[in-house]
Amino acid sequence: MTPGALLYLDLLMMGLMLVLAVGALYARSLRHAVILFIVFGLVVALVWARLRAPDIALAEAAIGSGLAGALLLAALRDRRRGAESAPRSPAWQVVAVGAVVAGLVLLLAWAFLDLQGERANGPLADTVRANLDVSGVSNPVTAVLLNFRAYDTLLELTVLLAALLGVMSLGPQRPPMDAAEPMAAGLIGWLIPLLIVAGSYLLWVGAHAPGGAFQAGALLAAAAVLADLGGRREFRLPGQTWLRLLAVAGCAVFTLVGLAALIGSGVLLQLPPDWAGSLILLIELFATASIASALFLVYLGGHPPSWNSREGHPDA
Amino acid sequence: MLDALSLLLIFSGLAFYLAGTIGVLRLPDTLCRLHAVTKADNLGLGLLASGVLLQLSDPLQMLKLLLIWLLVLAASATGGQLIARHALDERPDQRAELPEDAK
Amino acid sequence: MTEMLIIAVILLGASLALALLGMLRQRAPADRILIAQLLGSNGVGLLLLLSLLQQQSALLDVALVLAVLSVVVVIAFTRGRKEQHNA
Repeated sequence: MTPGALLYLDLLMMGLMLVLAVGALYARSLRHAVILFIVFGLVVALVWARLRAPDIALAEAAIGSGLAGALLLAALRDRRRGAESAPRSPAWQVVAVGAVVAGLVLLLAWAFLDLQGERANGPLADTVRANLDVSGVSNPVTAVLLNFRAYDTLLELTVLLAALLGVMSLGPQRPPMDAAEPMAAGLIGWLIPLLIVAGSYLLWVGAHAPGGAFQAGALLAAAAVLADLGGRREFRLPGQTWLRLLAVAGCAVFTLVGLAALIGSGVLLQLPPDWAGSLILLIELFATASIASALFLVYLGGHPPSWNSREGHPDA
Repeated sequence: MLDALSLLLIFSGLAFYLAGTIGVLRLPDTLCRLHAVTKADNLGLGLLASGVLLQLSDPLQMLKLLLIWLLVLAASATGGQLIARHALDERPDQRAELPEDAK
Repeated sequence: MTEMLIIAVILLGASLALALLGMLRQRAPADRILIAQLLGSNGVGLLLLLSLLQQQSALLDVALVLAVLSVVVVIAFTRGRKEQHNA
């Protein structure tokens, strides 16, 4: 292997990331900015792949580029025509922010250089590998996320829920679209099952290979987004109540399992090694549904119509 | 030798990718550019994927590769059509140049 | 073999960079989204080659996800002209 030559690819990627970031920020119109942001997500996913981190590359491609892109494009549609160009900031703000960012970059560079000795075979990685067989899974990333540092993941899910609540308080949801033309509808018609199968596959494979709940949830959310784009009445989606229940279910199940572990072993979220594999799968199953539902509700962007009218019964 | 065949296929695919990029940069019209993009998608990826396929040994991986290629084939063809229609809607003056049955 | 693969990867990266520079020059959104589609396809090719170079078959999964999400973005872009919304 001649890693030296691949350096050119890496330098190219770095340059592209910077160009895209600047381009997205200073683009002529918001529409251009959104497209550049989507491509930025693509390049970052490639960078993660180069850094040998397929789990993160999967998440970046699915959520950071794809879903965020669909979300931003939908938000753009909601804006009034003519309100498309971003306002310019005053010069002193640009300089101040630039100085702070430059300071952060220097700090990170120093930290990175300082850690040069600690590569993938450092003590932390060794500890994870040593304890892998009691974790219930064989993918070290999943072991860390769902067992050793499960508390962090639980909090992440809670943060997602909080963000969803924030979005839902912003206003009414986007109205449904008309049925798509036959060509788009046909494409969506087979993409949705493909996404569902691919999402289920990623959830299943996450135990022993890159994948997991976040990536799977993102693909399922993408399927729901496609159904919305195809004309919500034609493609049947779970009703609003179901979506909200599913969004909460992930945190709920996670917490319940954690509490059960507390009762069993005295420590919150300490999974017993015999059950760890099955418990992790259970948590991930609900987390996937939860993430998918939450991301889709964020895409819809507001509270359901039944919250406006005070008729007392939720729409199905 | 298998490696040589793989490399031949990969570099042929690369040639189509580069042709697609050059086409996008140099062709005068949105619809022409779409044409270049779909060629790169289909042939470029197809040849590249075939080259990579020869290097794999696990049948599951080979199946995945096949799936990726079929997906990009179908999706870029349909996606290209959607973009073309969208482009025509934005620039109605280009409709006049199309042959009668394409409108 | 590995050296040739590295050359191929760099060339594909160059193709990606060139297409990107082309995108920065274009004005029309339709042109930009079709270049984004091309970039996605370049990215898939790059990931396929990297899966060989780095001996990581998981990158095939990443390529699959990238391919699928590219289409989703194209559909999200082309749907939603104002006459498609309910009043």
